[in-house]
Amino acid sequence: MGVYLKGFLIACRGIPTTVWVSIVAIVLGAALGLLLALCSQTKSKVLRVIAKLYVDIVRGTPMLVQALIMAYGVPQLLQSMGSSFKWSNLVIPAIIVCGLNSAAYMSEVIRSGIQAVDKGQMEAARSLGMTRGMAMRLVIIPQAIRIILPAFANEFVTLIKETSVLGYVGVVEILRRGQLWNASSFETFPAYIGVALAYMLLTIPLSKAINGYERRRARKEAAA
Amino acid sequence: MKKKTLVLVLALAMVFTFALSSCGGGGSAEKDEEQVLRVVTEATFAPFEFTEDGDDEIKGFDVDMMNAIAEDQGLKIEFINMEFDSLIPALESDQGDIIAAGMNKLAGDRAEKADFGDTYFESDLMLLVKSDSTLTSIDDVTPDMKLASQIGTTGGEYVQTLEKDGKIAQGVVLNQWTDSYMQLQNGDVQGVVVDKPVGEAYLNSHSDIAKFVGEPFGDHEEFAYAVQKGNTELLEKLNTGLAHMKENGTYDELVDKWFS
Repeated sequence: MGVYLKGFLIACRGIPTTVWVSIVAIVLGAALGLLLALCSQTKSKVLRVIAKLYVDIVRGTPMLVQALIMAYGVPQLLQSMGSSFKWSNLVIPAIIVCGLNSAAYMSEVIRSGIQAVDKGQMEAARSLGMTRGMAMRLVIIPQAIRIILPAFANEFVTLIKETSVLGYVGVVEILRRGQLWNASSFETFPAYIGVALAYMLLTIPLSKAINGYERRRARKEAAA
Repeated sequence: MKKKTLVLVLALAMVFTFALSSCGGGGSAEKDEEQVLRVVTEATFAPFEFTEDGDDEIKGFDVDMMNAIAEDQGLKIEFINMEFDSLIPALESDQGDIIAAGMNKLAGDRAEKADFGDTYFESDLMLLVKSDSTLTSIDDVTPDMKLASQIGTTGGEYVQTLEKDGKIAQGVVLNQWTDSYMQLQNGDVQGVVVDKPVGEAYLNSHSDIAKFVGEPFGDHEEFAYAVQKGNTELLEKLNTGLAHMKENGTYDELVDKWFS
């Protein structure tokens, strides 16, 4: 039993890295995702195509591949062109990739949220004399946020799990802690069970919180 | 319409039959024929084992050596490529019969998890740095530096110990040697702690990028193949094969081929 506890504790030492990479990435992803969602809703065809292309590329490629390109490929390319560029810490490309990745998914979530707000709201706001932008900002987006909150939190859960690929570029997060311990102790099963439990320690309370929020909201709406 | 449906059903039936028969066939054929021993390795460890130009074929000293031993002892072997830290678990879970991966039998708790054979190669660690680096030995490293090495290797443990002792900022432990070289080349780390013959193989083709500095260091390493715990019969065969190789000169030929 002691060896399982040890495996769990070792994996837990990776939690801070996993959590802060995930948080910075989700903030980055939400901001960029909102921008992309708004682009996909504009009248400008160029912006719409750019947003669509971005989402297609990011969703159509594995995050591991994106991480390898960003962490190793980009510096090599720039250096071969005579630049002296290098990442001061490989956690930076790791966060960027998670953020860019998350942005693609977030933009879809936000877009569906905006579309879920009743069309009459926009019409009513416009008829009160608001501009399109004002109506978006003051009427549509606040309501959309409430609608997408659960999906947003789900994306955060997904992102936490996906950061596990970052061990490949040298970021020592939860999975990597387990792998490193396994490499020296060969306690394979306890090591990876510990890793799984450490992820569950993060994801399950979060999922429970989302469910609770959704239930409360459903009750409130039923009461209204 | 009916005809089309019939064709579709027939086609599906054929696919399933084919799939099932190929599974079943494979299983029984394996039992009928002589058992093929699965040799697991990690092919980024040139010149011991590596692949070239996107080719699947694994080559290197270990491959030639194991083939020569197998021929000598009348064994059939096949090579399976996996991650270095999966090799011992692969033996433990019976997904492999032999490890031949330039594995140092003296490191860590390995000998408790697998039975190692006679030593076929000895090595020490070296520090590999960029050609324009001002580092002159492993003793020069400072607490702001990062050194890379591979997971599950003696070098990997060495850089982690340096980090723990506060002698370097981070010991970056990567899955493949090629990743370590990449990080050195890109400037993510200031040095790579690597087994001497392996670093030499890299320098053969990349002497413009990197160089060795200082003297060999760290615990002395002895490379050996390993078998599942308790499989003494196979281990004795391998050891006999290796002894024959050393007697009849095949071993020296291979050393000349891969290390000169």
